[in-house]
Amino acid sequence: MAYVAVKGGERAIAAAHAWLASARRGEPSVPLLQPAQIEQQLGRAVDRVMGEGSLYDRELAALAIQQAQGDLIEAAFLLRAYRTTLPRFLHTEPVETAEMLVLRRISAIFKDLPGGQVLGPTYDYTHRLLDFGQEETPPPPHEAPAEPAPVPPVFGILGREDLVEPDPPRTEEAPGDLTREPLAFPAARDVRLQALARGDEGFLLAMGYSTQRGWGGTHPFVGELRVGEAEVVVTPPELGFPISIGDLVLTECQMVNQFGGSKQAPPQFTRGYGLCFGHAERRAMGMSLVDRAMRAEELGEAVGAPAQNVEFVLYHSDNVEATGFVEHLKLPHYVDFQSELETVRRMRRDAQAAQQQEAAE
Amino acid sequence: MNAGYNFAYLDEQTKRMIRRAILKGVAIPGHQVPFGSREMPLPYGWGTGGIQVTASVLGPDDVLKVIDQGADDTTNAVSIRRFFGRTAGVRTTTRTQEATIIQTRHRIPEAKLREDQIIVYQVPQPEPMVRLEPSRAETKRMHALAEYGLMHVKLYEDITRYGHFATSYDYPVMVNGRYLMAPSPIPAFDNPKLHRMPALQLFGAGREKRIYAVPPYTDVRSLDFEDHAFQPRRAPHACALCGSRSSYLDEVVTDDRGTRMFVCSDTDYCAERVAEGQKEAAE
Repeated sequence: MAYVAVKGGERAIAAAHAWLASARRGEPSVPLLQPAQIEQQLGRAVDRVMGEGSLYDRELAALAIQQAQGDLIEAAFLLRAYRTTLPRFLHTEPVETAEMLVLRRISAIFKDLPGGQVLGPTYDYTHRLLDFGQEETPPPPHEAPAEPAPVPPVFGILGREDLVEPDPPRTEEAPGDLTREPLAFPAARDVRLQALARGDEGFLLAMGYSTQRGWGGTHPFVGELRVGEAEVVVTPPELGFPISIGDLVLTECQMVNQFGGSKQAPPQFTRGYGLCFGHAERRAMGMSLVDRAMRAEELGEAVGAPAQNVEFVLYHSDNVEATGFVEHLKLPHYVDFQSELETVRRMRRDAQAAQQQEAAE
Repeated sequence: MNAGYNFAYLDEQTKRMIRRAILKGVAIPGHQVPFGSREMPLPYGWGTGGIQVTASVLGPDDVLKVIDQGADDTTNAVSIRRFFGRTAGVRTTTRTQEATIIQTRHRIPEAKLREDQIIVYQVPQPEPMVRLEPSRAETKRMHALAEYGLMHVKLYEDITRYGHFATSYDYPVMVNGRYLMAPSPIPAFDNPKLHRMPALQLFGAGREKRIYAVPPYTDVRSLDFEDHAFQPRRAPHACALCGSRSSYLDEVVTDDRGTRMFVCSDTDYCAERVAEGQKEAAE
């Protein structure tokens, strides 16, 4: 019988996965990569996977990266599928990033400012030359790195003149969570920021970039970019008072944007906000550009560019959703294709018949 | 069965949330109900909506059949069946008659379904007007006002351009005379089976986070015009295996000279007819 192409699916899947395991292991004479090495030496990959996976756990993220052969979207997917099975006890108090112990903090809008410009461990100003002879143990830094310390935020300084829009008022309301409740429009800013914080880094980067090239310009300056450790505090209802449950490394970016004023707001500097897990400056900066672009309607600006379209941004920022749907095109579609074949054949018959009739007339 | 996971993978609170969405869907036939779709261990677009619906209605005594393109042995059907085998340990079958729950992608079985069966459709795109109006906020308003003129204009344009409807799958339907509904990418050939089906029909769209339903014996009409009636179509051939002239056919290329054979897309229907034929021949 010729028609055996679809038989044996179960055996084929098992064989394919065995092959995958062997390909993932690579040449057996090369030592097996340990998740601890990934966690220690591929820290930026771990940070990205924690961000897009929406789960702060360096060890699990490292394991996911190993299991996914370094495919970071696949790793984020692994982490999310695990995260969704975890019980949710409560949400934390707002993280006080103003009090974070800063490893790096720069501001592009002042030459110097209280707390100083702290470059920290950065790729900025490195020359991108491949390093062919990397040393097993690099020499210690010339000066011992300063102990992380709290640094006053730029906006505390600017805020006194009322030139910058203030923080939105704090509410006691529970924050929205789009992993539990489906998106609805208009989407509140907490949900928008959650979507961006776990959005695809490439998407955030491209959308942010598009605003710089005139597609919804926001005239941005980096008001402050800070990376450091922030304390996480919860108030369990059975205790009734706040307790610290640990520290997270976070990257926060506050863009300031020139704004001419509108019916809704006076001329002042507005802000776009970015906050994400780990050391992830590109993500935090892209996020803050897109956050500000999405506030166009609220601020009475014309809405036209893709980055200003909240529905467009929120529905397309998630790379686990996007990769699933794009890659599902690999699944069999032959039934639908068959129905299209019949339709196209009929259209061609009709078109030919019409032509012949025309020629005959 | 996998230790460490709840029966059918989802925790009971999540199942309850999904059942509430299903009940709402049954109460408002054809209306898309938003639900808190979970991130499943299978990718979005690969049946996560259908899997969540199945997991929420599945009990230990159910018998599950999973098909993709009408076939039980296509890779994704195998994968989903294995998922429920692992996480729920339920009995699975390839026989349409034996199944109490049938999860499907892109087909409705040829055999008539019964009142004691549930069919769960995997839905990639629940919004029937998505190609005409991409904004979800806008289509929501159009559904609320039953403002479906856009879709009729599209069909009208098809007729003026081609002389007939150019949509051959995921052909839009009106449910209970009220809601325009995407029947999922089943071929238009299958649309008449949706009408007054005795089985409960549930639709799950995981990535788009929507559930909808057609209760048993509900009117489901494919959109058309009085002077241009909807017509289901199939390849004009008989099945090379069982000889059926009424089933939906796959076109299989058998060599590199353009030779084709046509066989039933519903593998269970075909196998049963072949078995019956052999029995009759033996008698």
